[in-house]
Amino acid sequence: MLRFLARRLVTMIATALCLTVIVFFLTNLAPNLEKIAKSEAGARITDEEVASWLDKNGYARPMLIRYGEWLGVVPGWTRDEAGVTTGRCIAPNSDPALAPRFCGVLQGDWGTSTVFKAPVLDMVWRGLALTGKLMFWVMLVMVPGALVVGVLAGMREGSRTDRALSTGSILTTATPEYVSGVVFIAVFASSAVGLKWFNGSATSAMEQATFANFTLPVMTIALYGMGYIARMTRAAMTEVMTAQYIRTARLKGVSFRNVVMQHALRNALIAPFTVIMLQFPWLLNGVVIVETLFNYKGFGWTLVEAAGNNDIELLLGVSVVSVFVVLITQLISDIGYVYLNPRIRIT
Amino acid sequence: MEPLTWTGTIGIVLSPLFLLAVLVAAVSALGMLVGGFVTAPVRVGPGGGPRGRFGFTLLTGLGLRWSMLAIGAIILIFVLTGMFLPYGTGGIFGAMAGQFLTVWIALLVTFGLSIRFKRRLGLYGKLFDSTVGMIGFGLVMFWVFTAVFTGVFGLIATHNPLSAVSGLKNKVPGVPVPAAEVWAVGAHYLLGGDNLARDVFSRMVHGSWIVIQIAPLATMFSFMIGITLGLPAGYYGGRLDTFLSFLANLILAFPVILLFYLLVTPEIVQTGIPSFMATVLFLFPIIFIAVLYYSRYYTQPAKARPTLAVIIVVMGWIYLSLISQEGTVLNFLPGFLNLFDVPSGILVVFVSVVFVNAPTVFRIVRGLTMDIKTRDYVAAAQTRGEGPWYIMLWEILPNARGPLIVDFCLRIGYTTILLGALGFFGLGLPPDSPDWGSTINAGRGLLSIFPHPALVPAMALLSLVLGLNLLADGLREESLKD
Repeated sequence: MLRFLARRLVTMIATALCLTVIVFFLTNLAPNLEKIAKSEAGARITDEEVASWLDKNGYARPMLIRYGEWLGVVPGWTRDEAGVTTGRCIAPNSDPALAPRFCGVLQGDWGTSTVFKAPVLDMVWRGLALTGKLMFWVMLVMVPGALVVGVLAGMREGSRTDRALSTGSILTTATPEYVSGVVFIAVFASSAVGLKWFNGSATSAMEQATFANFTLPVMTIALYGMGYIARMTRAAMTEVMTAQYIRTARLKGVSFRNVVMQHALRNALIAPFTVIMLQFPWLLNGVVIVETLFNYKGFGWTLVEAAGNNDIELLLGVSVVSVFVVLITQLISDIGYVYLNPRIRIT
Repeated sequence: MEPLTWTGTIGIVLSPLFLLAVLVAAVSALGMLVGGFVTAPVRVGPGGGPRGRFGFTLLTGLGLRWSMLAIGAIILIFVLTGMFLPYGTGGIFGAMAGQFLTVWIALLVTFGLSIRFKRRLGLYGKLFDSTVGMIGFGLVMFWVFTAVFTGVFGLIATHNPLSAVSGLKNKVPGVPVPAAEVWAVGAHYLLGGDNLARDVFSRMVHGSWIVIQIAPLATMFSFMIGITLGLPAGYYGGRLDTFLSFLANLILAFPVILLFYLLVTPEIVQTGIPSFMATVLFLFPIIFIAVLYYSRYYTQPAKARPTLAVIIVVMGWIYLSLISQEGTVLNFLPGFLNLFDVPSGILVVFVSVVFVNAPTVFRIVRGLTMDIKTRDYVAAAQTRGEGPWYIMLWEILPNARGPLIVDFCLRIGYTTILLGALGFFGLGLPPDSPDWGSTINAGRGLLSIFPHPALVPAMALLSLVLGLNLLADGLREESLKD
């Protein structure tokens, strides 16, 4: 188990390093830098002025060195100009002698957002906290709902309940968030024709989430993931229900309810666990769409704003976090699978 | 001129009937669902007669069946009135049904021929044994025919999808066009106008052409890449497998939307990275086809080599004209040699969608290969002395076709969703493009006041993806039967 864990961790760190290099490369291409120079120093500056701005701000050096600085393993650049020392790690109007040599992601210095004029780390934390609130409710709706639907459908394969619920789950997997969100807003929130039960915007839910302003975003994300988990649960459940020990239990005279609750359920829930964990990356997509659609300023909204406005430092920070979320859930899902499945755990 | 109502003159009789049928269907379906929990599978009493709650189940079953039949009959009447009665009698529904006339005919012919000859058509024919599969196939073919008739023959749309008619901004469905004098096709905006006063209905049908052009082709490319890399990874294992799997996991660890934002921005397009990615990714179909052919016929060099040369030259030419684009970094072919120019927005979208899908296909093919390579027929082929590529492409691949075909259908649906998501964020395609994602994006600003411009493409996208999912489900069911 320990060796397995260590190997997974090493792979994970390697993957994370590769991914951050790729993101760093893609966000720091020449046209992006030119755009950021123009947005910081004025839109009508000449090419020479762009070059000198980039040079002055430490952008005009090899990509790999700058990646090292950003990561915090290469000393930050410094620059003497007419007696004034500027540098990556030196805050404006502070003593250069006191500045640390390294300042990167590893030291907790994630840079400053050029659009929001705020530290990236704060922005990311704020977004994560808001998205965490959203995801908590999504999970609370989605996981029990999907498991109940899946178990009910898989309990008696081929029955009418099964057919109805399976068709329902296919329908929800075929409805991407931007479609169900639009339909929900039109039906439940539209001021022209709709029922006006809920709010079409979740901006007020950031401060105080109520039933009216939080239902639609939560339902929109939950519905898309629900169908998939339900189908996996159904598949696992039907497989378990045809197993020998279930037949034995039935022949012994155990009631159908007890067979389902005590014999089948526990074994049928191993597979959905990994599926639920692996849903996180997909949920991240859903979060981005839903937060944009409902104007909820969480992590996904921050990603869209950072990418849309060429906010390099913020986009890097957001990317790092989202990549880590994905990798960690993969790791947890692997460990959980090994832990839950005795056949793998013992060998 | 008067606006068109939803159901027109015939609707006065049919609409209440339709509502009644829907109500009965909903109640019966609900009763059936509840009954499914309450009653065990039909129990037969000691005397052989039905017992207890059996009557309830029977009632709901009958109710559902008859109400569904009634719904079908009423929809059929609407379609027929749209086709044969004068314009406007069937209201908006009738007029739309009339616009789709060619699609109905094409669907009827397809279904008629397929059901007539289904025993000779293999897996495709077996699809017509499953209701779910038939519904899915019907939905998918509806959009395929709509796309082809709109995009190629210019039939179904009533107006130009890009031109605005002043005064029709955000107007409700059925609004008459001011200039129209005659009560005929084109006199109304059937599904209303969008926020730039363009016809929502025409944009929706034109949008289908963009989706049908990109989604299946992009999925096919991802499959060729996934197969070409997944087969050797699964067959040889070892370092190659470790390396390729690491790469695949690397791409899969990216949240898709982040990847799109990194790949499909104008700045990145300017640097030519998508063009270079296209150069690499589009090579795989050539490699796949060439190896597929040569591994089979290399024992007859006199015949195989010229054919191989022809394949490589023809596909290579298409490949070169595909990647050589006006206005991008790669523009090396002289004009007279360049067969076609894909609009650069579409090419970028295409490349990124292929790039996102290929790793998943790779993982599926790799898993299937690792499973199949332990079979006896593979050992037999190895003993015969067949080459590795022959075994992979002609022994393993045909035996993995079942799950791959099912996944292909699902993946086209997923690609459609991805394309919609790209449009939703306004990435890649030009903003006035009528594709469904962009239209939803354009309509969502005023969603709570004017829902129809966003709702129409949303429903279109939903029905296509649903059709593909149902089709995949039907195929899976039928392929598991033997």
